[in-house]
Amino acid sequence: MGHVIGLRCHECGSKYEQQAVHVCEECFGPLEVEYDYDAIKRTLTRERIESGPANLWRYRDLLPVEGEPAIGPHSGLTPLVRADRLARQLGVRELYVKDDSVNHPTFSYKDRVVPVALAKAVELGFTTVACASTGNLANSVSAHATKAGLDCYIFIPDNLERGKVLGSAIYAPKLVAVRGNYDDVNRLCSEIADKYGWAFVNINLRPYYTEGAKTYAYEIAEQLGWRLPQHVVVPTAGGTILPKLALAFDELLELGLVEGERPKIYTAQAAGSAPVVTALHAGSDTITPVKPDTIAKSIAIGDPADGFYVLEAVRRSGGWGEAASDPEIVEAIKLLARSEGIFTEPAGGVTLAATRKLIEQGRIPADESIAVCITGNGYKTVEAVADEVEKGHVIDARLADFDDLHRGLNSRESQEKVAEKTIAS
Amino acid sequence: MPVQVRIPTPLRKFTGNSEEVSADGATVGNVVEDLERQYSGIKERLCDDDGKVRRFVNIYVNGDDIRFLSNLDTALKDGDEISIVPAIAGG
Repeated sequence: MGHVIGLRCHECGSKYEQQAVHVCEECFGPLEVEYDYDAIKRTLTRERIESGPANLWRYRDLLPVEGEPAIGPHSGLTPLVRADRLARQLGVRELYVKDDSVNHPTFSYKDRVVPVALAKAVELGFTTVACASTGNLANSVSAHATKAGLDCYIFIPDNLERGKVLGSAIYAPKLVAVRGNYDDVNRLCSEIADKYGWAFVNINLRPYYTEGAKTYAYEIAEQLGWRLPQHVVVPTAGGTILPKLALAFDELLELGLVEGERPKIYTAQAAGSAPVVTALHAGSDTITPVKPDTIAKSIAIGDPADGFYVLEAVRRSGGWGEAASDPEIVEAIKLLARSEGIFTEPAGGVTLAATRKLIEQGRIPADESIAVCITGNGYKTVEAVADEVEKGHVIDARLADFDDLHRGLNSRESQEKVAEKTIAS
Repeated sequence: MPVQVRIPTPLRKFTGNSEEVSADGATVGNVVEDLERQYSGIKERLCDDDGKVRRFVNIYVNGDDIRFLSNLDTALKDGDEISIVPAIAGG
């Protein structure tokens, strides 16, 4: 049995039955799922969660589904990596990477929101699902819809990375590239959703979809041994994840599943698409939309629907935010790969670059625990770093050729070590 | 200026379920006033007490967000298409 009471407007509190709607008829505010927390508190324990399935559905008591969820049986429960080598480079003591670049089956954080949305779509009787996407959501909806036998329409901007486009096309959805940026796609899809009555994952299913993001925070807490990190850095595009992480940490505290202080939460944006960080730094409540221009296409959303709630959650937690330029993004992608062996997409580079700045500024103290949310996989966006990494060496298949190369590499390496020591002293 | 206005589902109870209606005005703000004359109560859903467009409402003229133009002062010409769209989650 689920514990959902219904939907409730975040702004004016108007109540609705569970259905595929996302906007309050009274005030246009976003609708959210309302739970019977008293009932949840009576039954939900750490042990109950730990004995659940090894996927995001172990938290189903806090997710808006009825019955046995059949979608996403391998999604979620991604690694929380203790990142000691990266920590040394950043000069901090306790650093974790929550690594959704290896989420199943499409390698991004979206594999935790889509199962929840599609489970709800099936429950509400839909047979066609759709989404507007910068790529990762498209990949995830395409894969999960195929597995669930649902008809699927995917709408993306026409300038996405090859890997992101192929990563949807391979599942053979009805794939539509719209001339324009994500905000243009979104506007069109809102009108399509109105007209065609499909289950749009990030439009009329939004109240359910966004609930899936909470599992990111539940997993961090459980994987730390039912402890909360002191600082969490999260990328912001449309603004779904960050407020839901904040909500999830509050739920865990409220339900007595963890103790201690609420984490400080930090938003990370690409400098070329940073309307939320700009408002945060200006001390403003007004998010002024921008036309995105960044290599971090997955988070290039110039008009973030939930931007205001990101500001609210960051401020309430005592956190802050930073933006990263394209060169800083590339540097951070390389840093994560070369310290922790994790290859992330530009959005992950944004998050790490922002983390680095926040540490350097002293906003995040070096001796406290930090979790960095890595939400996507670098193998989908090779264009972003293709010209920024060494090409490797080409030789003939002769041992003597390799011997020469090896000598050259060794002497170069030893020269570099001498140079490093000279700089260090 | 006569213009066409696309009405999103949450507002169609004001327009007798019409998806698209005609309105008149030299600016977007004038059109909102004209909509209010035709469909009493609709303005309150679009604008807050200060008369500004609500945070979760996006208005477009021929596909361009009016926040990139001149907001409610955005000038209109014959046959412009206005869309009213609720804010949408990321993807």
